[in-house]
Amino acid sequence: MAVDYIYVEVILRAYRKYFLNKFLWFLVTLVSAFLLNFILPRLMPGDPVAAIVSRLAQGMSNTSGIQAIYEQYTELFGTNKPLLEQFVIYVKNVVQGDFGFSFSQYPRTVADVIKSSIWWTIALQFPAIIVGWLIGNSLGALAAYLRGSFDKVFMPISIFASNLPAFGMAVILMVVFAVTLKWFPTSGGYGFDLIPNFSWKFIWSVIVHYQLPFWSIVLITIGGQAIGMRSMSIYELNADYVKYSRFMGIKDRKIVSYVFRNAMLPQITGLALSIGTMVGGALVAEIIFSYPGLGSTILTAVLGQDYPLISAATLIITIMVLSANFLIEIVYGFLDPRIKAVQAD
Amino acid sequence: MKQIIQQIFRSGKFIVGFSIFTTILLVVIVYPLLIPDPPLNIIGQGTFFEPGIYVSVFDSISSPQYTLNLDEAAAKRIASKLGEEDRLAIKEWLIASGIPEGEIEIENTEKLLDQWFENYDPAKNIPGMTNAKRNYFIRLNKAITGLLSDEGMSITVKNAETGVLEEKGTIVPSAYVNVNEVPNVRVLPLGTDNFGRDVLTELVAATRVSLQIGFVAGIIATLIGLTLGLLSGYVGGVVDDVIMFITNLFIVIPSFVLLILISFSIGQDQRGAFTIAMVIGFTSWVWTARAVRSQVISLRNRDHVNLSKLSGHSVVHIILTDILPYIASYVVMALILQISSGILAEAGLSILGLGPRTTEVPTLGLMMNWAMIYQAHILGKWWAYFPVIITIALITFSMNLMNTGLDQVFNPALRD
Repeated sequence: MAVDYIYVEVILRAYRKYFLNKFLWFLVTLVSAFLLNFILPRLMPGDPVAAIVSRLAQGMSNTSGIQAIYEQYTELFGTNKPLLEQFVIYVKNVVQGDFGFSFSQYPRTVADVIKSSIWWTIALQFPAIIVGWLIGNSLGALAAYLRGSFDKVFMPISIFASNLPAFGMAVILMVVFAVTLKWFPTSGGYGFDLIPNFSWKFIWSVIVHYQLPFWSIVLITIGGQAIGMRSMSIYELNADYVKYSRFMGIKDRKIVSYVFRNAMLPQITGLALSIGTMVGGALVAEIIFSYPGLGSTILTAVLGQDYPLISAATLIITIMVLSANFLIEIVYGFLDPRIKAVQAD
Repeated sequence: MKQIIQQIFRSGKFIVGFSIFTTILLVVIVYPLLIPDPPLNIIGQGTFFEPGIYVSVFDSISSPQYTLNLDEAAAKRIASKLGEEDRLAIKEWLIASGIPEGEIEIENTEKLLDQWFENYDPAKNIPGMTNAKRNYFIRLNKAITGLLSDEGMSITVKNAETGVLEEKGTIVPSAYVNVNEVPNVRVLPLGTDNFGRDVLTELVAATRVSLQIGFVAGIIATLIGLTLGLLSGYVGGVVDDVIMFITNLFIVIPSFVLLILISFSIGQDQRGAFTIAMVIGFTSWVWTARAVRSQVISLRNRDHVNLSKLSGHSVVHIILTDILPYIASYVVMALILQISSGILAEAGLSILGLGPRTTEVPTLGLMMNWAMIYQAHILGKWWAYFPVIITIALITFSMNLMNTGLDQVFNPALRD
């Protein structure tokens, strides 16, 4: 009993160390993201407020709004104060969720615009990436295990699909299923004649509009993941422990489950590292479908020269990606037996 | 070296990728020599002309005319003039006149017209027909009879002094011109885009610029990644810690966020294709740095490197002669991937409206952006966007194939 207790204690300590480590790293990246978001626009030659306001004239038609925004923005940016103080002001505003007014959608505040679009993005992208990742990995492992004709047909398709840019897949799906076959609507997050509410009609409309953006992200994800999983699994299938297990007469199904688990771990790390790129591609796919998420918000912000909105949207996306990354690392910690083993030694 | 190249060219994947890529390169180089038009020249007044051969109407009239008596001519003429709506209207009339629906084939022009002439009567009144509809049928009948008549059209020229129209000649329905004798014929294999530019010429120029952007971005990214990876892997210690900290930071902070922020900060007027390429290069070196570092670490303590150190060679000398050659294949592969992801990054940025400024050169991303803004995909103008997607996919596909082929040559464990 005593030995067991000590063992559990050691493992817990190992986990605590691992998670603490990951959490610290999460904080460090978060602070760095803040810093970059703060510094990059200030590297613009000249006075940023002046530059922004000069663009403002082109982007906004509401003249009474321009003055209000200019005053508020000078205060928000605080360009006449020292850099450190500017940063403190910036952090204080961000923590309070105050990003100022949106230039292009005045008098809405940036926080309001982001609030109405962020859930569309989260509800679209994360399920799509996870589903694509799961299907891709299963198909990749299957291709490695079966080989033969399945592999020969499946692999070239995945290679080509993974090389198609996300917006390309989006356009193709849209032209085939929305424009030609008319099975799904071409754009938007729900019917343009509806007001968001909790009726069946609205929910059904949301579901129908969801399909094409969702599957275009899933299909893109499948290709890349399947290729990675296939080569991982082939590598594992040739490993000594597989041969040894075969000699021992262990059932094929059992061996495959070992192989799958071992090949899976690098794929999880891969997901953590590439989730940023995936989100980037998916944001562009959103634009193609005029999905009311952050991608379309960034597009309207760029077109309207809406600096505060761009800054806030990119910050939110970074935070989303970093959090997703952190979550994956936590899950990884539970799955990888080596974390226990290494620390317990 | 020669042997390695031979080995590379024995890899099927590499050959396929290499051929696709060389074909694209050749087209990009040869096409402007054959058709030296400026790619951003607006030639079409109007948006999205369909692909096809455009023959000057003005020149056709004054070209030598030949008489060809073809039986199908009249039927074809009418078939092309009768739109879907007209056919449905005819069907409506015929049904109202008591012809069973099963006997009406709206796609069969000849039969449809026969039925029409048998049953149409301007004096007849169908219950519920509006006056506008009745006039429409009268106009339709007139148009069809006009098309069927053997009378020609006359060409008239306005007399500059009196303002009176003078007949210069007639064109009968059986008159033909030889396309080769018409001085102005323009082939637009991919039609025109929303601005009225020749899509094919634009596409070739865009591919060239996008490839250049990819190359510049790839080379910058690879150089930065290589330098940092070598430093971090070989020197180790604090240098390694600092570089790896920065690298790991930029791996998790999504690079497109940096791209958006930097591109926006630069401003539309300052954004040339080259600037965009540099920005992409400066934000995409992290993977190369990480991979080079791990390769260098595994090389650092090899015997030949230790021997070199004992012989008193300088760090630069050791890196250049004892480490670089061993990771050269890897760096080339990384470069290929950087180029293709650079092209994709430009496309993504342009769709967001943050691509190179639009007045100078087209890029694949900008063409995509224009097609999307003008809703080519919803209007069914496939020639404005589909060739662009295919070109991007072919470039990245061919580069990835080359990369996989190289990988299999240099990493025997991956061979099938």
